[in-house]
Amino acid sequence: MKQQLFKKLQQIAEQNLLDIEVHKKKGEHVVGFYCLYAPTELAVAANAIVLPLCGTRQAPIEAAEERLPRNLCPLIKSSYGFAVTDTCPFFRFSDMIVADTTCDGKKKMFELMSDIKPVHVLQLPQNQDFNISLEPWKNEIEKLRTVLETLTDKKITQEKISLAIALLNNERKTKKRLMDVTKAKPSPLTGMELVEILFKTGFFADKQKGIDLMNEIADLCLQLIEKKESPYTTETPRILLTGVPIGLGSDKVVKIIEQSGANVVAFENCSGYKQTFQVNEEKDPMLALSEQYLSIPCSVMSPNQGRIDLLKEMISEFSIDGVVDLTWQACHTYNIESYHIQKLVQESFGLPFLHLETDYSESDTEQLRVRIEAFLEMT
Amino acid sequence: MISAGIDIGSRSIECVIFEDESMKETRKTDTGFDPIGQAKQLIKGLRFDTIFATGYGRNLFELENDAATITEIKAHARGAVYFFPGAMTVLDIGGQDSKVIKLNESGKVIRFEMNDRCAAGTGKFLEIMAKNLGFSIDTFGEQALKAKKDLNISSMCTVFAESEVTSLVAKGENPNEIARGLHMAVVRRAASMLRRVSPEGPVVFTGGVANNIGIVQLLGQEIDREILIPEKPEMNGAAGAALLAMEKERKER
Repeated sequence: MKQQLFKKLQQIAEQNLLDIEVHKKKGEHVVGFYCLYAPTELAVAANAIVLPLCGTRQAPIEAAEERLPRNLCPLIKSSYGFAVTDTCPFFRFSDMIVADTTCDGKKKMFELMSDIKPVHVLQLPQNQDFNISLEPWKNEIEKLRTVLETLTDKKITQEKISLAIALLNNERKTKKRLMDVTKAKPSPLTGMELVEILFKTGFFADKQKGIDLMNEIADLCLQLIEKKESPYTTETPRILLTGVPIGLGSDKVVKIIEQSGANVVAFENCSGYKQTFQVNEEKDPMLALSEQYLSIPCSVMSPNQGRIDLLKEMISEFSIDGVVDLTWQACHTYNIESYHIQKLVQESFGLPFLHLETDYSESDTEQLRVRIEAFLEMT
Repeated sequence: MISAGIDIGSRSIECVIFEDESMKETRKTDTGFDPIGQAKQLIKGLRFDTIFATGYGRNLFELENDAATITEIKAHARGAVYFFPGAMTVLDIGGQDSKVIKLNESGKVIRFEMNDRCAAGTGKFLEIMAKNLGFSIDTFGEQALKAKKDLNISSMCTVFAESEVTSLVAKGENPNEIARGLHMAVVRRAASMLRRVSPEGPVVFTGGVANNIGIVQLLGQEIDREILIPEKPEMNGAAGAALLAMEKERKER
């Protein structure tokens, strides 16, 4: 059953590219984005296709290092490398990139990227106190609305935004439903399988198709749980991965954890469970968007209590046996925040904790393996 | 029961034989460029009922010899508790990495930290620096203790420290004082890892670098804690592996 599913995912990935081309030929616009802080509802409301852009592979990093420093976050280098080598089809399709000043590395990289493509940068506040930060952030989102209206030559009405919010809320709810199947003990999916599913269901020209597919996969997983089909036993250590985002190509830590006999069942990062929020459909849509997006608990926010709260919830709900905190090389905010996470995991939960700092290359695989194996010996 | 432990490290391979709870034999060889060949040579002629492999070559050895593996972290923790019952902090400085392990009362690993991916602050670092200064690695520590004043070496990276040493030599600095500076660089790094991971109580110091009297004395002064060293500190990992092999075998019988 699973084999067929992954074959289908591969076919869909290829079909998606063709679909996007067809839509583009019909005159639809494509808006690319890198970060979860981009309120993609506005682009959807302007009938544009929204696509997450490539930045999870090692291959284009060498090209990026012709202009960017070596000791920079691999995600930033990879993103720029894909753009500058023109090897990301989604970047190529994009008429415009919606970026934001998430961190120092990204915001300065976007200055270089704007030579290649129109980049609209949202000034993201770094504090989530609504009294201080909501107004300027809401202004940024208003500005984006105007920019997108100009690009698409379409009026983005309140009604359209409300419809887009409902659609994306449904997408996020479905994604949560899918990620929640690993709450079963043992889980029907490996962490690597979940990474692949989440990654490959992200590029649909038609959001509803993606939602339907995710529901189909979740249903299949529920059947597997019912039949007690799992690659694991109830004894398999259940690991939560927190920290920086990962995707296909930047999944080496998940791979090594699972090669060492454990199962990554939960991803507290912006490629995983941080995507499961809901925008309030009762409120004024622009206000609701501003509030919800500002509340995303990334380590660039100071303080960042939301991440602690989310972790607490996830450690209990996913019956976690150990937490691995992943930091990409040179990501200061996640690197420093690891101190708080370690305290939470060890002191409040009494669970084994491992902090890893690495990049996308394979050069430290064995060093990582010994740390991960020793960490699993503690579970 | 006779059990064996083999620790395949980056610089050397150690093998320890236990008969029940007592250590019967230790063997050691260089790793060279063929760790598995060297490991096979080392255990030639030894008789044992069970064997565990540890060290960075453990997984290769596992495939070749159908032996179980454990990490150096667990092996060093077990070895330390054997030599010093009740041990709760282990500092291991080997050829390629250094680590601090914190144990609970029952000897279980509860936290550990390893150095970065380079040779900073390890046996390899000291070996290269001794060579640069024309000292033998066996007496490098004694030479460092002869220094009359402190000399600060700021680079921890082996490559950068090499050029820092070259420029100090060119400035006519005393080689003993440079040696002391290099030892202090290793000590400060180990001390900060100790403070972070396991800040109190006696420290069991293992690995080849624990044979270096300069590091041992300077570390004692720096952290002001009791330092306990097994008779053959470089055998600690292999000893721990042998003990864990025996414990597993007993459980299964």
